[in-house]
Amino acid sequence: MRDGPNTHVGSMMDVAVSPVLALRKFGCEQSLLSRPDGSSSFVQGDTSVLAGVYGPAEVKISKEIYDRATLEVMIQPKVGLSGVRERAQEHCVRQTCEAALLSTLHPRSSLSLILQIIHDDGSLLSCCLNAACMALMDAGLPMSCLFCGVTCAIEQDGHIVTDPTSQQEKESRALMTFAIDSAERRVMMSSTRGSFSVNELQQCVALSQRASEEIFQFYRDSVRRRYSKTL
Amino acid sequence: YNFTYPFSSSISTANGSALVKIGNTTVICGIKGELTCPPSDAPNKGYIVPNVDLPPLCSSRFRPGPPSEQAQVASQFIADVIDSSNVIQKEDLCIEKGKLSWVLYCDIICLDYDGNLLDTCVVALLAALKNARLPEVTINKETDLAEVNTDKLHHLNVSKHPVSSSFSIFDNTIVIVDPTVEEETLSTAMMTVVTDEDDRLCMLHKPGGSALSGEKLQDCISRAVTRHREVSKLIEKVMDSFEPDK
Repeated sequence: MRDGPNTHVGSMMDVAVSPVLALRKFGCEQSLLSRPDGSSSFVQGDTSVLAGVYGPAEVKISKEIYDRATLEVMIQPKVGLSGVRERAQEHCVRQTCEAALLSTLHPRSSLSLILQIIHDDGSLLSCCLNAACMALMDAGLPMSCLFCGVTCAIEQDGHIVTDPTSQQEKESRALMTFAIDSAERRVMMSSTRGSFSVNELQQCVALSQRASEEIFQFYRDSVRRRYSKTL
Repeated sequence: YNFTYPFSSSISTANGSALVKIGNTTVICGIKGELTCPPSDAPNKGYIVPNVDLPPLCSSRFRPGPPSEQAQVASQFIADVIDSSNVIQKEDLCIEKGKLSWVLYCDIICLDYDGNLLDTCVVALLAALKNARLPEVTINKETDLAEVNTDKLHHLNVSKHPVSSSFSIFDNTIVIVDPTVEEETLSTAMMTVVTDEDDRLCMLHKPGGSALSGEKLQDCISRAVTRHREVSKLIEKVMDSFEPDK
């Protein structure tokens, strides 16, 4: 499993070459922090998010759920305090993770997921989802499936761009982020901005499902590379 | 579907207001216009500031104190609907480029919480915006001060009519339209689709939960389009019935 010059712990690879489906360079590193039970950093082009997972741990009585674990998600912006926008993103990430995690295996305990934004250059929510999934995987929490985030932007001329930069996001007519599950490639989460037709939506969903194949392949490669080193 | 009763209510101190009831869920929306400087990055625009409040009065699940996560998520949702659907052209809120523009504070307060909050909020917002009347403002060339003519009131130019439809999803098999609070808590996922009168989607909001297949998604969207027709017809009927009184 050695591959020549790429000897650092993280793995970098170029995903996708086809003209329609073009994702930026991905990078991922797991267990880079010592204190959290699981951590990861996920890089999509210039967008970078650091994630840490603590748990299962003791839960506050007020937040205890008797038949499953309580999941808390915090998104910390690069500068300033988190506001209403972050709260809405946290809500999306939390519900996506809750659906994937088998939280009934850890009743009356707490899981906290902290996402620190290192740099935002577009597709932030999808990068957060990817970092969250890798961190949960690194923490060894039982999950029913994996998930990945894909952002699509529809440009003024109707052209669809996957994994847009913040410049492309600003110029776009509509922006959609989907979370796709690894089991059946179905849509777990969707968050959109701008108006679009039903047909455009279906195209974006189909494109995201194709992009998800590449991202899951990347997940597999980076995890395989990581474990081939420790053995 | 449960029946919808929108009422244009009379909060006399607000520029526009509406009380909307869907099933048991009751929401009141007040719109207050204030004058301000336009944002420096877009000197020809005004502001719309929505806020959703879930006071302890509406349900035992809400405690007094700072706004709950759900209230913040709902506020952000309403702000996104306003931006995505262009319900009001923000350029219309500008009075003098770079100098003076309107800021519309849309305060939405829930009085009775029985699920389907987002749909009710969107209907209340739309009805209140249609009902809102702002005074004419001119800038005096000599003194450079704004003069408000409260005798001349004019309606806002509501360019789009977004209507939202929420669905409770039970494991990709059962889909319930217009869910009550019990149905919402038992469901494995929620989804809200916002459509406008041209059958375009303004928002497809599904905050996680169990996965949904493409066919079910399509099914929900077609239901949302049908529901849009029904709801907008109802809003128009109610608005018309109120107009002659004024």
